Amino acid sequence: MTEPLTPVVSMDAITKIFPGVKALDAVHLKLYAGQVTALVGENGAGKSTTVKVLTGIYRPDEGTVRIDGTPVTFTDPNAASDNGITAIHQETVLFDELSVAENIFIGHAPRTRFGLIDRHAMYEAAARLLRSIGANFDPRTRLRHLGIANKHLVAIARALSVDARVVIMDEPTAALSHKEIEELYELIENLKSQGKAILFISHKFDEIFRIADRYTVFRDGAFIDEGLIDDIDRDGLVKLMVGRAVDHIFPTREMTATEDVLQVVGYAHPTEFADIGFTLKRGEILGFYGLVGAGRSEFMQSLFGITKPSKGVCKIKGKIRVIRSPADAISNGIVYVPEDRGKQGAVIGLPIFQNITLPSLGRTSRSGFLRMVEEFALAREYAERLDLRAASLDQDVGQLSGGNQQKVVIAKWLATQPQVIILDEPTKGIDIGSKAAVHEFMAELAAQGLSVIMVSSEIPEVIGMSDRVIIMRDGRIVAEVAGDEMQPDVLVRHAAGIGEMSQLEDA
Amino acid sequence: MTDGSTPPRFIPDRLRTRKTRILHSWEILLLAVAIAIFVINSLASPYFLNAWNLSDATFNFTEKAMIAFAMALLIISGEIDLSVAAIIALASTAMGFAAQYGAGTPELVAIGLVVGLLCGVFNAIFVTILGLPSIVVTIGTMSLFRGISYIVLGDEAFRGYPASFAWFGQGYLFWVFTVELALFAVIAVIYGVLLHKTNFGRAIYAIGNNPTAALFSGIRVQRVKFILFLLTGLMSGVAAICLTSRLGSTRPSIAQGMELEVVTMVVLGGVSILGGSGSIPGVVIAAFVMGLVTFGLGLLNVPGIVMSIFIGLLLIGVIALPRLWTMAAAKRGRT
Amino acid sequence: MLSRLIPVRETILGAAILALLLLIASRFSGFVAPANLLNVFNDTAPLIILALGQMVVILTRCIDLSVAANLALTGMAVAMLNVAMPGLPIPVIIAVAIGLGAVMGAINGLLVWKLMIPPIVVTLGTMAVFRGIIFLISDGKWVNAHEMSDAFTGFPRAVILGLPVLSWVALLTVAIFGIMMSRTALGRSIFAVGGNPDAAVYTGIDVGRVKFLAFVLSGALAGLTGYLWVARYAVAYVDIAGGFELEVVAACVIGGISIAGGIGSVGGAVLGALFLGVIKNALPVINISPFWQLAISGSAILIAVAFNARSGKTKGRIILKSAEASE
Repeated sequence: MTEPLTPVVSMDAITKIFPGVKALDAVHLKLYAGQVTALVGENGAGKSTTVKVLTGIYRPDEGTVRIDGTPVTFTDPNAASDNGITAIHQETVLFDELSVAENIFIGHAPRTRFGLIDRHAMYEAAARLLRSIGANFDPRTRLRHLGIANKHLVAIARALSVDARVVIMDEPTAALSHKEIEELYELIENLKSQGKAILFISHKFDEIFRIADRYTVFRDGAFIDEGLIDDIDRDGLVKLMVGRAVDHIFPTREMTATEDVLQVVGYAHPTEFADIGFTLKRGEILGFYGLVGAGRSEFMQSLFGITKPSKGVCKIKGKIRVIRSPADAISNGIVYVPEDRGKQGAVIGLPIFQNITLPSLGRTSRSGFLRMVEEFALAREYAERLDLRAASLDQDVGQLSGGNQQKVVIAKWLATQPQVIILDEPTKGIDIGSKAAVHEFMAELAAQGLSVIMVSSEIPEVIGMSDRVIIMRDGRIVAEVAGDEMQPDVLVRHAAGIGEMSQLEDA
Repeated sequence: MTDGSTPPRFIPDRLRTRKTRILHSWEILLLAVAIAIFVINSLASPYFLNAWNLSDATFNFTEKAMIAFAMALLIISGEIDLSVAAIIALASTAMGFAAQYGAGTPELVAIGLVVGLLCGVFNAIFVTILGLPSIVVTIGTMSLFRGISYIVLGDEAFRGYPASFAWFGQGYLFWVFTVELALFAVIAVIYGVLLHKTNFGRAIYAIGNNPTAALFSGIRVQRVKFILFLLTGLMSGVAAICLTSRLGSTRPSIAQGMELEVVTMVVLGGVSILGGSGSIPGVVIAAFVMGLVTFGLGLLNVPGIVMSIFIGLLLIGVIALPRLWTMAAAKRGRT
Repeated sequence: MLSRLIPVRETILGAAILALLLLIASRFSGFVAPANLLNVFNDTAPLIILALGQMVVILTRCIDLSVAANLALTGMAVAMLNVAMPGLPIPVIIAVAIGLGAVMGAINGLLVWKLMIPPIVVTLGTMAVFRGIIFLISDGKWVNAHEMSDAFTGFPRAVILGLPVLSWVALLTVAIFGIMMSRTALGRSIFAVGGNPDAAVYTGIDVGRVKFLAFVLSGALAGLTGYLWVARYAVAYVDIAGGFELEVVAACVIGGISIAGGIGSVGGAVLGALFLGVIKNALPVINISPFWQLAISGSAILIAVAFNARSGKTKGRIILKSAEASE
């Protein structure tokens, strides 16, 4: 393969800062015509931000985006698409009630002499585009009648309709079956042969090695390395991706207790997970690792009573408990600290102390009437245990930083004096200092006899904190590892299914 | 001003004292408005400062405010009930119907309350069990409830309520203090305690600010909303008893358009139409403000329909002005 | 698979109307005589026109409760204009009516767009304000038939090709909206804004502006209907079309326009209006008091919204491969 001289698009030293977080720190990315570049990195490495900068949704704070070597500034999404950059998003951003052709052409439909949308020309052009990517459905079909895979094809056709030179595919295979993935590969080859530059974002190593020509690795918002896929192997790429296993010291701890606290047998859900079973011991930290969309959060929410499992038994200290609502779970000593703090965790608009006491009001009140003194006492106790930084306890939670909001949410749950605490991505989106505090606190909780389930996609955290790790893929438990087996590559291999999909690689 | 000076680990309970909190509240602003209107009215009309006239003026708001208290809780929880005036019509029709067959005052009161309660349950089933948006549901039940009144009454009217029934809407407890005013005060205290002093009230705020997080915190969100619709229906029943008793007759057009005034009262009282914040004292003062204004304009011979311009502008203005203010402040900050 | 070709909701509603007509015809055959059906259509014309305006607003996730008040205010204004200047040609009257209605719609739209006030609050407020203004400009007096010019009252009743002008206006509005919703960028943007506002932003659509335009359209149609209404009934006073906004919303909800936005069609809105129109006209024929109408439209709203919500339930993400295969 000959090296093209100028990349179609390049990002030079792009920095993007959000309040409290440097999402991108002087990163580089080059996309070449007729080549697929894989952008590789853990969650939070800065991949989504990169896509948003390239598509004009975010404006970088520093650095330059160049097209054919010429610096450009995108003021809005239209500017990026005028420059031939188009993205196919993780969740397809399309309109269910419009026809396939209208989805493809919204904003730039062919017009008749009278300025009306030329439907005939639109359907014709849409049919042509769909045929060119091997889609065999009628462009007059309403989008809502299509499955996820076909919706992706519509998104791709939309990308092609604007005569894109650069196509960004953000986790395009996340919702596709094996057969559909094969079809997507063919399509990508097709796009390559048309000279499009493709940015391919994926967690799945078999896909990257199957389809990409080049790789670029980001870690924690920083550029790590780039090169040709032919010059690197899987282990090399995994190392680049997770490399910093040693730059954060996790608290050392010893697990001694052996008493079973929680026993889950055969939990299943019609569409989200199946055959989930495990035992949790007193004072244990159990990690749940897997790719995004492996069904971990869905299972945890079911255990917490938000969704109802179709089958399964939950035993607490040997006794069978039926959990039909979060209220049931809380009264049985199970609490869940959700990943989406903004939506599911803190009640923005209520003061700190009211957030902390919300699930414990039964204890602080007397026959349904609030007792402020008790409330403030309880809130103070847990705010101090977590070293919360705030101006006062009646401050609105919305005014706190992300890390302190997380502390309020954790304080809220600890105040219920639970036996099992489920932490979903406990350190996602918070700064390094707060991360260490959360980790130390988890160790402390376990030492006090609380059992912790930690759902995390960050390998160092999973390995550094867990006594055991359960790995989920496609809604099922695929492996359980402990002790020396807990190695980054082992986790990644199980989660991505490397080794089990060899027939694909051979094909 | 927030941190820096605060030593780590020690966090005060409250930053501002009770006095400063109250002084900076919407309620105090509203109270100032109420006093200003009172003064203007007494200067504008010689008939205003008269105990009996003022007592009559309270009828302008007492019935609406009874519903407004329950509506405030409902709006804080993020829902709305536009069918309240129609519930009054239906409850009043039911009472009138029973009165034709010789029902006595206790039976009439029971019928009014039960019909109101059942209407509330009907709304609650559609919103909390079937999960439908409350705006559409209550626009539908608004037509349905009042429609049933029209079916029963057509262009007739029910009269002939027992003499003792007049006590609720026309009676006085002592001197100039009416039964309705006393009822208003008692209901205000009950709702004030319910919203501000109980776990149930706290749950309402939590639901209005973040229904998902409230559910995740173990609050039975749908159950709370069910009760709130039920309470709104019940209060509409109470208002129906008072209004019917005061008018002494029932027409199907009774209380037409009252939902607008109730919602306006709630919003004027500082309750966020998007849910999550507001207080009962605010609604109480808003009730007085609206009552005083209507009464004052009435003394100046301004017709009722023109007052509705005022109420409409008030509803929009109360929400628009703070937003214009923040927008102007943001613009000034940028330049 | 058939559902891809035939819109389900419209078909069910059409069948319901047909069944209703057959039921009435089985006992009162005169009702389905072509002449009477044309009468029913003409009588329903104002509702059809207003329902189309309301449909556009509801599609963008808003609601316009001020349409009836807008109608009444515009009607009064043009009636008084006619009294003051009887020589003013009808096209000018119509232009004034549409313009005035559009201005009122624009006020609603601006409050929703620029100040982001919930549409229900805005239009509940302007509803009261518009009604009050009628009283102010008319001093509470009626404008009666003998004060209006013959041309003014004659226009909607003039018969062209066997149909009154009022019916033609409704048909024209249906045609224009049919084309606008399916063949113009604005029409498609209206669906996009209601269906997926976040995605609409990604495709470069200004969500607030589209909502504003929807309110202007709704207001303009309310203004037009205001003139037609006052001219047809040859009277203008404060309370005309009182509560008619509920019937308009009912027509939309029955027509399958989702209050959550983004779902609905011109055909649905028209059928929804016709459904109510048929009931309204049939009640006296089958000897049921017209006082039943309000309760019937209320029940129809509840049934329709419950039915549409049930059929429109979205599926969650499917993780299990086996579940996906069995879909």
